[in-house]
Amino acid sequence: MGGLGHYLESDGIPTTQISLVREHTEVMRPPRALWVPFPLGRPLGAANDPALQLRVLRAALALLEAPEGPVLEDFPDEAAGGKDDGAEAPWACPIPLQREPEADDGPATVFRRELRGLQPWYDRACEQRGHTTVGASGLGISDLAEFLLAFLEDTAPTNPCTQLPLELALKAAAEDLKTLYFEAVTAQPGDASPTPAALDDWFWQETHAGQLLMEIKRHCVKSQDPALAMIANFMIVPVARSSWE
Amino acid sequence: MVRLSDLAGELRDHLLEAECHGFDTQPWVTGPPLRQRRVAIVTTAGLHTRSDRPFVLDSADYRVLPGDAQAGDLVSTHVSPNFDRTGFAQDWNIVFPLDRLRELERAGEIGSVADFHYSFMIASTPDLAEPAAHELALLLRKDRVDAVLLVPV
Repeated sequence: MGGLGHYLESDGIPTTQISLVREHTEVMRPPRALWVPFPLGRPLGAANDPALQLRVLRAALALLEAPEGPVLEDFPDEAAGGKDDGAEAPWACPIPLQREPEADDGPATVFRRELRGLQPWYDRACEQRGHTTVGASGLGISDLAEFLLAFLEDTAPTNPCTQLPLELALKAAAEDLKTLYFEAVTAQPGDASPTPAALDDWFWQETHAGQLLMEIKRHCVKSQDPALAMIANFMIVPVARSSWE
Repeated sequence: MVRLSDLAGELRDHLLEAECHGFDTQPWVTGPPLRQRRVAIVTTAGLHTRSDRPFVLDSADYRVLPGDAQAGDLVSTHVSPNFDRTGFAQDWNIVFPLDRLRELERAGEIGSVADFHYSFMIASTPDLAEPAAHELALLLRKDRVDAVLLVPV
């Protein structure tokens, strides 16, 4: 991000930026930066909190009127949304997903059952919000699920995505699955804005979908296709979860 | 969050390994008061319209985000699994604050919102994006933009 600020400013375009990793910004010294105390992926602070988002935006834009630079300021609102300090009550999915399969159920069966259970909540989320951010792979939900399951049987299944090579189709499908789960679970009753860490824990620790993606990683890192093995190794499961596998 | 010292070990090590360097020069361009500025957003969230090309590994180019886009028009194909996407799933303003920028325009706090905004992915070294950044500067000037808000993930 700091590189873009440097290059655009060098070409005569004034820039200001939000910084998420202060240590990187301190090294790169872009013209103007506002460091914010929010999780990676949440530069404006919290979803559906326009007041906080406006405070961040105003603070970042105000740096454009600084008399000299480079400028690196800290957003003062340390306790703002999305902070995972452990102080709040633990979030729990209101409808616990059954983790223990019945005797004859394989991973595909329990995953399909779980997905069917969440689908009405996903539909509800789409209705409430008027849109979805699922769609990176371009696949419908059923095709998405079956494409991912196919990796358990074969590391080179038929690729249903016309725009992407197999390894990136896997990546896009995995992100679509996670997004579908997040949109669905946040449409259920209860806290509509759990912290990122709570949602992340839920997905990777409590869902069959999370188990499926970890299993796909284990399976595909052994692929003879180096691109698929690389994507499986680094891009499917967050690095912070890798030691759990 | 997010000082590196606050992060879990694996993610901290991952970020420490990211290539990151300073520059020999410190460019600094001034402009009119904020209430007269035309503002564009440049995000590195890997966003694009549903019909546009997905980002792929080491994509160093950009995608155009039309100023009249709606939340449902955009998806992210950023390749990294190491940042939160649940915020974007609930509210696009968390990475692409276009609604908030329009509010500042209506309130007269900024001059106007640009006709086009842009997204990179940049999961690797930022130097790779330099040619695209210079190209982008030409487009921004053509759109009379004199303030760019850079938003990372």
